[in-house]
Amino acid sequence: MRLPEPRGPVSATLVDALRRAPHAVPAAEATDDEDLQLALFICYELHYRGWHQVDPAWEWDPSLLALRAGLEQRFETGLRDLVDEHEPVAVAEVPRALAALVAADDRPPNATASGYLQRHATREQFIEFVVHRSVYHLKEADPHTWGIPRLAGRAKAALIEIQLDEYGGGRPERMHAELFRSMMDSIGIDSTYGVHVDAVPAVTLATSNLISLFGLHRRLRGALVGHLAAFEMTSSIPNRRYRDGLRRLGGGHTATRFFDEHVEADAVHEQIAAVDLCGGFVAAEEDQKAAAVDVLFGAACCLAVDAAASDHMLNAWHAGRSSLRTPR
Amino acid sequence: MSEPGATVTPYEDGPLLVRGSFEIVTPDGERIEPGRGTVALCRCGKSASKPFCDGSHKLVGFRAPTAETRD
Repeated sequence: MRLPEPRGPVSATLVDALRRAPHAVPAAEATDDEDLQLALFICYELHYRGWHQVDPAWEWDPSLLALRAGLEQRFETGLRDLVDEHEPVAVAEVPRALAALVAADDRPPNATASGYLQRHATREQFIEFVVHRSVYHLKEADPHTWGIPRLAGRAKAALIEIQLDEYGGGRPERMHAELFRSMMDSIGIDSTYGVHVDAVPAVTLATSNLISLFGLHRRLRGALVGHLAAFEMTSSIPNRRYRDGLRRLGGGHTATRFFDEHVEADAVHEQIAAVDLCGGFVAAEEDQKAAAVDVLFGAACCLAVDAAASDHMLNAWHAGRSSLRTPR
Repeated sequence: MSEPGATVTPYEDGPLLVRGSFEIVTPDGERIEPGRGTVALCRCGKSASKPFCDGSHKLVGFRAPTAETRD
């Protein structure tokens, strides 16, 4: 995965520094969201597959981690401004509180990207949607996996039950990230890992950075499991719309398999995530009220950040523009 | 008592989750491929992927408890 084109002073500083051996990275202030989200994405990717021709020792370089901490603080402050803090709920109420958050966020199909993709999108717009989603889906499930060693008992078993399915039950061809790659191939989009990072805006990078932020900080493990629950609880129905949209545009079985799989898989996962993972997590924490607030914060962030990415696409298409930074 | 081969768990307002060692078959005995280790079976009657759940219970406001209720 090649280093992306900088979008401002911090991403420029990082791209320049990473091309050389680890050394003290100079401090820099992000100018806007594009610069902030790209810089975070560059830092986080060092923990996944890494960057082409970048020394892997950068992953734990103290000056890079210090720079990243500043970016994360700004990102997290923005998130806490964006979503309302949920009042504490009792452990037995956690699944219902998650369902209520999701229900409150529900919009009629014609006000969502999924509804648009189902009924109106052109082939080119569908391809744009896949390009946006590829930034996360080619590493689908990986950021949530950071949660496994941070949990115990029922919550850990629940997360593993979900992740096992995400990773195809040990069969590479059934791994969700692999199904996404096959779908990209079948509709003629370059499926190389990370190849579309330059094309997507900050709102899209934020959907991926959000899970990395929650996944890489143990203190945010409650938000991580809440994120996964909200993600799974808002997946089956949109995936059915994506599948119908792709079929309408002539996509065959191989193309639609990723979406078909997610309709049924996520109907399973949403139950496990809300009840066993989030419920089990809160039940096991010493401060259950704070744990429940963390879970609901993560869920609210998932809904808000994913909605912003979805709205970005929809607004661009309604205005007759490309939703990508670099129109194809 | 030995452990059951499979468990069926009703989730509140949602599907039945089946875990363990099980087979799903048609009345003629034909196997329905579950596609995963843990499956969710439709309980609201509205799924377009029956016998599996597809999340439709949320659209219709399906309500059902997790255990048998007797008045």
